[in-house]
Amino acid sequence: MVLVLSLLVFAWLRALPGGPASALLGDRGTEESRAALSKQLGLDQPIFVQYFRFLGRALTGNFGNSTGVQPGDSVVDIFLQRFPATIELSVLAILIAIAVGIPLGYLAARRRGGLFDNFSVGASLIGVAVPVFFLAYLLKYVFATKLGWLPSLGRQAGDIDATRVTGFFVLDGILTQEWDAAWDAFVHLLLPAVALATIPFAVIFRITRAAVLDVLNEDYVRTAESKGLLGTVIRRRHVLRNAMLPVVTTIGLQIGALLAGAVLTEKVFGFSGVGEALALGFERRDYPVLQMFILVAAIVYVLVNLLVDLSYALVDPRIRTR
Amino acid sequence: MALLEVRDLSVVFERKGEQPFTAVDKVSFDVEPGQTVGLVGESGCGKSVTSLAIMGLLPRRGAKVSGSVRFEGANLLDLSDKEMRDRRGRDLGMVFQDPLTSLNPVIPIGLQVTEVLERHRDMPRKKAMVEAAELLDKVGIPDPTRRLSEYPHQLSGGMRQRALIAIALACRPRLLIADEPTTALDVTIQAQILALLKELVRDMGTALVMITHDLGVVAGLCDEVNVLYAGRVVEKAQRHELFGQPRHPYTYGLLSSIPRLDAPRGEKLVPIKGSVADNIPWTQGCAFAPRCPNALDVCVNVTPAQEDIGGGRLLRCHNPVRPEVAEEVTTA
Repeated sequence: MVLVLSLLVFAWLRALPGGPASALLGDRGTEESRAALSKQLGLDQPIFVQYFRFLGRALTGNFGNSTGVQPGDSVVDIFLQRFPATIELSVLAILIAIAVGIPLGYLAARRRGGLFDNFSVGASLIGVAVPVFFLAYLLKYVFATKLGWLPSLGRQAGDIDATRVTGFFVLDGILTQEWDAAWDAFVHLLLPAVALATIPFAVIFRITRAAVLDVLNEDYVRTAESKGLLGTVIRRRHVLRNAMLPVVTTIGLQIGALLAGAVLTEKVFGFSGVGEALALGFERRDYPVLQMFILVAAIVYVLVNLLVDLSYALVDPRIRTR
Repeated sequence: MALLEVRDLSVVFERKGEQPFTAVDKVSFDVEPGQTVGLVGESGCGKSVTSLAIMGLLPRRGAKVSGSVRFEGANLLDLSDKEMRDRRGRDLGMVFQDPLTSLNPVIPIGLQVTEVLERHRDMPRKKAMVEAAELLDKVGIPDPTRRLSEYPHQLSGGMRQRALIAIALACRPRLLIADEPTTALDVTIQAQILALLKELVRDMGTALVMITHDLGVVAGLCDEVNVLYAGRVVEKAQRHELFGQPRHPYTYGLLSSIPRLDAPRGEKLVPIKGSVADNIPWTQGCAFAPRCPNALDVCVNVTPAQEDIGGGRLLRCHNPVRPEVAEEVTTA
């Protein structure tokens, strides 16, 4: 499957108009200089030769060097250096989405048709509909530019000299007990994470609400009521546990979809993660960067879904025994 | 004093922009301690709604309950949500129709039994587990200790219903309401479950309200029977009287629509024509009149009142089946 995907990515990138040579040289490049650069990059070869060269090197873990994002650097190095930033951002974003989406979805279902329900359903609709980059710019404008509460760019303020251990800035700060660095990195994460969390939040909220509404009508909830159980026990043990089944699937899908949002969010906030590199890579037609990053993103997506399927068995005994 | 006294119980469902719908219309009946009382009727006659109203399980919004339900003297309809919660599961137990959907699919059977023991009998989890195993054993589930850790989907339909009965009887309630407990089961299992219920209520001295559309169940189990039609009790009698001499044309119809083994092969079944869905309410005339073979002019114009016809029997009919005819249906 990864092989097929690599072929697709490869062919698709080369089908895009323009190439690395013209992207790098710009309008001033002459015919000769473009040809020379293409030759240097190996792009004068027939496409299948290029592909097998790429494949041969990729199997040994060599994805070539960047041509546009960080010219000359190994693509794998660029990835490793940027990956923690995206993970940090995505984890915080999905945590925000879950921590806000599930309780609100539950509350909305309990007060179905009430003011809170109608308001939050409307808000979640806007959350799904608003484009991420628009929201990102809006947040940046309000909280960073106007109010000045939060930083607008980057992962860490320039004047902080933090020790790097793992590449996860918040974690580094905690490990080295450089609390100011940890806090600063966390503050830098907030705005992009909130922007990135909006869509998953809205989706998780809506699924939770719908699932709870379904479960509330189930016979076993009536049975639980007929036992005279306390409201808290019924809610936790009988309603929420069952309502979580579809929510778990949704969370998995949303984690997969986070990367698409990360491209836009990281771009807006100058957050040097994988998403920003992808955005830059497209602008500058950096084939090696795009090839590897898209491939890895796809693999991550598949792995996340596998994990979700496995975790499903944890919450639903009916799947375990099959 | 009766254990349960239901007086003029009415349930009206109201929805915005729709005509209010009266599902239960001034139903009254008593249940003595240890007695088994049947509520019989077709689907839609209000028998399940009656049971949910007694248990306080109807949705608070949209369902208007009036009348009184006295349980050991206290009107259950006046109790607060918390007081009702304390009684449910402890004094009043309920067994539902569909054992598959009535058990929580994602938690083990054991917990579903023990949670009611922990709630009402203050048992610690460990002790409750031992008690739960005994309960499962008592309802005839083999290898109960192993079953405790299993999930509902791992049990057969009959086993699930046994588990539900164990849950309902865990705190030895004085009243058990069984809402069509055998409808979703195979015929052979039905008989087992009925025998089990009969044995358990006798041993525990629990009174039973049996809700069913199945007259066979009534014949085997109930001391007293209330026949419901369109939300009202149309006939009430002791089991033997009802089966020996059904006076209401509806009851008569129910009994004669049962296929008989000793009937000649070619003989046609006698169904009651129409269904409850096309009934008219009790506001003017008898709700059963459009389907009634005995209907007179008075039946469509004047709502029949409930009359005491002696022997503890109540009847709501202008033109009941004559006793001589009534006896034929069962003695033939």
